[in-house]
Amino acid sequence: MAKKPQLAVDTRPWRDPKAKPFVRIRNVTKKFGDVTAVNDVSLDIYKSELFCLLGGSGSGKSTLLRMLAGFEQPTSGTIEIDGQDMTHVEPYNRPVNMMFQSYALFPHMNVEQNIAYGLKRDHMPKAEIAARVAELLALVKLQDYGKRKPHQLSGGQRQRVALARALAKRPKLLLLDEPLGALDKKLREETQFELVKIQESLGVTFIVVTHDQEEAMTLATRIGVMNQGEIAMIGEPTDIYEFPNSKFVANFIGSANMVEGVVTEDEPDHVRIRSAELGCDIYVGHGVDCAPDQILWWAIRPEKMHVSRDKPEGQFGANVTKGMVEDIAYLGDMSLYQVALDSGKRVRVSQTNSIRGNPDAITWDEVVYVSWADNAGSVLTV
Amino acid sequence: MTTAHEPTIPPPRRLRPWNAVERRLARVGITGRMLVLVAPVLWLLVFFLVPLLVVFGISLATKQFGRPPYSALLSTEEGTVQLTLHLSNYIRLFTDNLYVAAYLSSIRIAAIATIITLIIGYPMAYAIARSSDRWRNILLMLVILPFFTSFLLRVYALTGFMRGNGVINQFLALFGIEPLVMMQTDFAVYVGIVYTYLPFMILPLYTTLVKLDVSLFEASADLGARPARTFLSVTLPLSMPGIIAGSMLVFIPAIGEFVIPSLLGGPGTLMIGRVLWDEFFTNTNWPRAAAVAMAMLVVVVVPIMLLQRAQSAVVEK
Repeated sequence: MAKKPQLAVDTRPWRDPKAKPFVRIRNVTKKFGDVTAVNDVSLDIYKSELFCLLGGSGSGKSTLLRMLAGFEQPTSGTIEIDGQDMTHVEPYNRPVNMMFQSYALFPHMNVEQNIAYGLKRDHMPKAEIAARVAELLALVKLQDYGKRKPHQLSGGQRQRVALARALAKRPKLLLLDEPLGALDKKLREETQFELVKIQESLGVTFIVVTHDQEEAMTLATRIGVMNQGEIAMIGEPTDIYEFPNSKFVANFIGSANMVEGVVTEDEPDHVRIRSAELGCDIYVGHGVDCAPDQILWWAIRPEKMHVSRDKPEGQFGANVTKGMVEDIAYLGDMSLYQVALDSGKRVRVSQTNSIRGNPDAITWDEVVYVSWADNAGSVLTV
Repeated sequence: MTTAHEPTIPPPRRLRPWNAVERRLARVGITGRMLVLVAPVLWLLVFFLVPLLVVFGISLATKQFGRPPYSALLSTEEGTVQLTLHLSNYIRLFTDNLYVAAYLSSIRIAAIATIITLIIGYPMAYAIARSSDRWRNILLMLVILPFFTSFLLRVYALTGFMRGNGVINQFLALFGIEPLVMMQTDFAVYVGIVYTYLPFMILPLYTTLVKLDVSLFEASADLGARPARTFLSVTLPLSMPGIIAGSMLVFIPAIGEFVIPSLLGGPGTLMIGRVLWDEFFTNTNWPRAAAVAMAMLVVVVVPIMLLQRAQSAVVEK
């Protein structure tokens, strides 16, 4: 395996308030007629980052990417790349290259000609072009395919040609639109790691647009979750998953059980929430910015809950509820239990299958207790 | 979770009598696929190949007075059947300068007209292909609209524009410009051919251009190509099939064009279509006219075949 990457783990410029961002998107809005595709988005992206824009279809992520490439002009706002205002610069004058979702390889040119296309536009000497093309073909492991036409390549090979072509001009910023979208699952997983490796070895800043949250989690240093043209949350993958800032993010990333409750105790070191849906109190072991009697939401991931036949010791008379196993999905590495609580609310709890072929596993129609730790869930006010 | 045993549904059975008929026909070698193929083959045989052979036959006869106005190929004389083939018509085509000059002149006029049509038609096709869905159908309709009036009428209407006291000259007179001589010149013939055949150029160009993925142009711009470079390196090579198809559709009928040169052209406009007309109707020399037609076929077909071979070779690469 490759050496542990230095960039992703040890340097996090976004945590340093003095760091200068490489790409600055300031209050960018894009309207198509009456439709607002991107609404007042501000975003800082730092050098050598692998930033993922994650969102469903119509969330505005692709429009934002196209504005960075210069194919669309913002209705208002500015885009700065490496300290220069790029808002109205033509695509062919930007230090930015893009890898297209459809790859957009020129069908009448072979692999070498495709990769050399951008270099020729810079009037690079022929010998240098040939050397650079050979270097890129080696990078994407396609040395023997230089003379082939795109239609003679497999999907994965085409994807690599598209990547090599986008990297050829050594762009300061590489934009990738659903780079792995057209590949099958197995190939996608392999390519994900390869993409990260290439990004780290070259130190180019990547901005990746994807709708696949697993892909975003694997690739990104930071993720920007987009919803209806706005950024819902920006953060490192763990922040986004473990500490979602809103109901939307909690539901969009992974799966979450969401319940409504009323604040009954609001102390600096803990909060108690009464939830009729859960049929018990929720004791949260840290202070929350809320007021007594406020109605709010509490979200918890399936793997943060526990099912058992015996009633566990509930902390502070809370965080334990009772229900009946309604359905089980056996996924091999773990099982997913759907438990119907007395209130009729259904919660999903996952349990790792650590015992091989466990004969004593919890099964259908059993009455079980569901419990969780006092810091396992997220209190959400929006 | 229990899995219920679902009854397996038998595949639907086809009607029995039809089955039997089909099997019997198949035994004789008649299948549905063959019937579909036979119809167009039969059509081409009756309405294309047979008439062509008749024309070829006439081209090997000699002119004579009477009805029909050419000699019979087969004659029976004293119990022997004689086949008489006259090659004189073909020999005459090469020895008489008129014919060679007419062929060359036709090819020249058709080629120049094709290039002009391409230069005018390409931007139009490009604009239509890149316009919004709503406009695209309206614009395409406008391209096809001239076909709703008679071709003859449209060409004749052009004379109203170009003649001495026509619309154009009257307009120029408003600015005190001397009237231009346009009618009965090669210029008028070019105008006529370009005007008439423009839709045949635009439609195939449009179909190739509309299929081109916009992201290819974006990729080219993204890699640093200005719009002109993108056009030369990406758009133009990828629209080559449309250019070839459109040029063929204009060039081939333009070579044999008769109506346009006779209505708009002058006595100096030499085209093979007019020569053929004169041979046929003025001189009533059917065999000579047939030979002219056969030679024209060779003149047109050979370059097309060469071109097609070149094209398929490019595709295979």
